[in-house]
Amino acid sequence: MSKTPPLLQIKALTVPHVEPVNLTLNARECLCITGPSGSGKTLLLRALADLDPHDGEMLLADIPSRQIAADQWRRQVGLLPPESSWWKVRTGAHFRHGTALPLERLGLKELLLDAHVSRLSSGERQRLALLRLLANRPRVLLLDEPTANLDPENAQRVEELIDEYRRNRPAAVIWVSHDREQVARVATRHAVLEDGHLHEQPRALTA
Amino acid sequence: MITLDTVDLAIAAALVLLLALLSLRLHGGIARQLLVAAVRTAVQLTLIGLVLKALFAHVHPGWVALMSLVMLLVAGREVMARQERGFRGWRGYTVGTFSMFLSSFAVTIFALVVILGSEPWYTPRYAIPLLGMMLGNTMNGVAIAMDRLTQTAWDQRHVIEARLMLGERWDRAIAHYRRQALRSGMIPIINAMAAAGIVSLPGMMTGQILAGAPPVEAVKYQILIMFLISTGTGLGTLAAVGIGSRHLFDGRQRLCLDRLRAP
Repeated sequence: MSKTPPLLQIKALTVPHVEPVNLTLNARECLCITGPSGSGKTLLLRALADLDPHDGEMLLADIPSRQIAADQWRRQVGLLPPESSWWKVRTGAHFRHGTALPLERLGLKELLLDAHVSRLSSGERQRLALLRLLANRPRVLLLDEPTANLDPENAQRVEELIDEYRRNRPAAVIWVSHDREQVARVATRHAVLEDGHLHEQPRALTA
Repeated sequence: MITLDTVDLAIAAALVLLLALLSLRLHGGIARQLLVAAVRTAVQLTLIGLVLKALFAHVHPGWVALMSLVMLLVAGREVMARQERGFRGWRGYTVGTFSMFLSSFAVTIFALVVILGSEPWYTPRYAIPLLGMMLGNTMNGVAIAMDRLTQTAWDQRHVIEARLMLGERWDRAIAHYRRQALRSGMIPIINAMAAAGIVSLPGMMTGQILAGAPPVEAVKYQILIMFLISTGTGLGTLAAVGIGSRHLFDGRQRLCLDRLRAP
């Protein structure tokens, strides 16, 4: 009999200011990472998306990252940075034609796609950036404070959409957050990155 | 042809001296720089005149090759020095130098063999001035394009990385900035071709006419030179931007801005 391998395995990954990181994540899991600013959370996510040079091994469904072209790796291990970037004038130009976007699920109007990016609010940009990333259908989602610019209502919409994506895709999520209540709502696992250590909290504290 | 003697040049030198005095009186603060530059011009050109004289007298491929190599290396250094935020270390020197070598030498040799048909093809009288004009202009294009490429890569690093995060290949993520760099490298020579003869009389043609060549002959040479220069600049800029943008990324398609110098 064959057992499904873990979706993401991280072995002795080196991240600046952090001891080598070991981590195993299954599909449908959501690992929240908290910790003081500057502890290396963002650098950890960048390393996982293979954006910074690093040592150690990363495997996606048992396939080592070096056997996967970097662009393909980043399609499957999608990183949502805290600040979104836009390079075309019209918002809709950043999305592939014919992709069905669940705009209304995040409280966004279809008309926004015709607007100039410069006219969007930071909250609208953050939600659209999430949709842009989800359109790639990544198997691992790396989220760097995805609700930082959102009011509670929209933050809840984002949480629900990610939750649904995680279960249906199914995907693994690594979610960096500063909001303890949010962690309690979305996490299935919780780790703290502090003083160069990533230590996972016992499950009892997570709930 | 009117030959210039020492007195003629001394009179011209007196004009520069006069300008320096004027600047001193007005506290312009450039008198010293002006004089140093003027002396450099006189010394450097005299030396190159003597070198060319010797070179023309002893037609040997070895000497031509040596002279070409020196010209190439100096041009390579100049390209590197003109970068605000160029590549660090060996990349800074080789990207520009190799691109200029590729384009200037190829176009010069092509012109010597196919168009001018001098015998032998490396006759220094044709080879060296032609190569000099090619290198001088290619150098401009390459320097401007490289400067633009590395500067924009730095300024737009968030956009480039955002595109990488969305799974775009490195060449797609930088394609727009690559085109921009290429265009800025080519604009000077395009402008020069468009304005030639109306706004400016190109230096080479003017020189030939002053030296007694019939204007129409001089014009034919100038057109040839312009076409060669634009081809050389285009190829050189294309190579520099191509190689340069490849060097901005590593084997895992990561944007490697640590390969650039601090401004």
